[in-house]
Amino acid sequence: MDAGAVRRALRRIAHEIIERNPQPESVVLAGIPSRGVEIARRIAAFIRQIAKKDVSTGVIDVAMHRDDVGTRKELPVVRASKLPVPLEDRTVVIVDDVLYTGRTVRAAMDAINSFGRPARIQLAVLVDRGHRELPIRPDYVGKNLPTATGEQIQVRLQETDNEPDAVWLERE
Amino acid sequence: MSTRWTRKDLLGLRELSGDEINFVLETTDAFKQVGTREIKKVPALRGKTLVNFFVEPSTRTRTSFELAAFRLSADVINISATTSSLTKGETLKDTARNLEALHADIIVLRHSSAGAPQFLANRLKASVINAGDGAHEHPTQGLLDLYTIRQRRGKIAGLHVAIIGDILFSRVARSNIFGLLKLGARVTLVGPSTLVPREFEKLGVEVSHRIEDVLPRTDVVNLLRIQHERQRREYFPGLGEYIRLFGLTKERAKLLKQDCLIMHPGPINRGVEIDSEVADGLQSVILDQVTNGLAVRMAVLYLCGGIAT
Repeated sequence: MDAGAVRRALRRIAHEIIERNPQPESVVLAGIPSRGVEIARRIAAFIRQIAKKDVSTGVIDVAMHRDDVGTRKELPVVRASKLPVPLEDRTVVIVDDVLYTGRTVRAAMDAINSFGRPARIQLAVLVDRGHRELPIRPDYVGKNLPTATGEQIQVRLQETDNEPDAVWLERE
Repeated sequence: MSTRWTRKDLLGLRELSGDEINFVLETTDAFKQVGTREIKKVPALRGKTLVNFFVEPSTRTRTSFELAAFRLSADVINISATTSSLTKGETLKDTARNLEALHADIIVLRHSSAGAPQFLANRLKASVINAGDGAHEHPTQGLLDLYTIRQRRGKIAGLHVAIIGDILFSRVARSNIFGLLKLGARVTLVGPSTLVPREFEKLGVEVSHRIEDVLPRTDVVNLLRIQHERQRREYFPGLGEYIRLFGLTKERAKLLKQDCLIMHPGPINRGVEIDSEVADGLQSVILDQVTNGLAVRMAVLYLCGGIAT
């Protein structure tokens, strides 16, 4: 995917979110750092442009909710989570760049629940590469890219990577 | 700042790089946020066992570590000097090996001997966190002081910090000095020459024996508790004389810049190192230090306890 394809995919996701959620004001786009946060910001901008209504964004860091604590030799920095509260009548859309095993999404749902009890949680991803290890399925997908386990999906976004937007498949 | 955390132990700030200290401070931001959630508990250390091993008395540090561990879903055992077999003649090493045999994952140690945490860390697979060892270091106190300054002033580099009081016997002072210098602050130590010898200048700090000269020039004053229990007569001028020469009285506080922060690691001796009205005044961030201490300890336990050993 090049920059144009990424833009079209995110615009389409924005349309779908508006279609599924007639009141975008009650939607929170919660990005998983760091690229998920940038993708959420872009989808929110499209929603404002298309629906002429405001939509909230948030950050949901999953590091402290992961299920592999004590198995890594080095730890990345944890970012502060930020969600508008109360969540009770809102729809939280988890936003990430690549959906793979589903473990990150499970951790994100766990984190969101510690902020309150949203009316519903949905999932938007730029790329779904398959290989789920949990019963999790995305509501909004930019592109389905079937992969082999040994392959890697590379994502670059201008704001987070200082490189032009791009998505490609890398075989080892 | 792109370093990653790779240490299982936190023994002192002297051995940490400036990047590593900043890494802990950034991680602390994330854990401070947890305290504002509806559910103030995360599963980060679920299934881990933490032993609070306090050979020297302490209430606030022990409680802070205990609450931090609870918020991370770890199980906690508290052992104090009087309840441990140390009083029956067991060595520190044997006590520690027994703790490990119980599969303790994290040991938080407060000990009267400098180097005791290092001794354990070298011999155990478990993470060892120094909660104060003799007059050596108290790294989590140093980190929470740095965090509080950074939170209030937005930065540490370029600030002028005065540490006032019993520097010679203070592990809090040492951890503060190492941390502040690594992050680019300027440090002046203030106190009687017996407690603040010129020797300290070798660390890269300034030394002054006249508090009035220093107060108008600082951005932060960190007052240390006069440790009655450790004082020996030959070092200490006597309480009355100390207050007269070095106490942060109401009158002296007027010399401070308006935005100067007043810090104290607690417990406060009201009317000795600081007047009540100053301790409770607008410039005081003493209670912020307590709140931040909890978040700093969550970050440290998460980082050291979350590493594969």
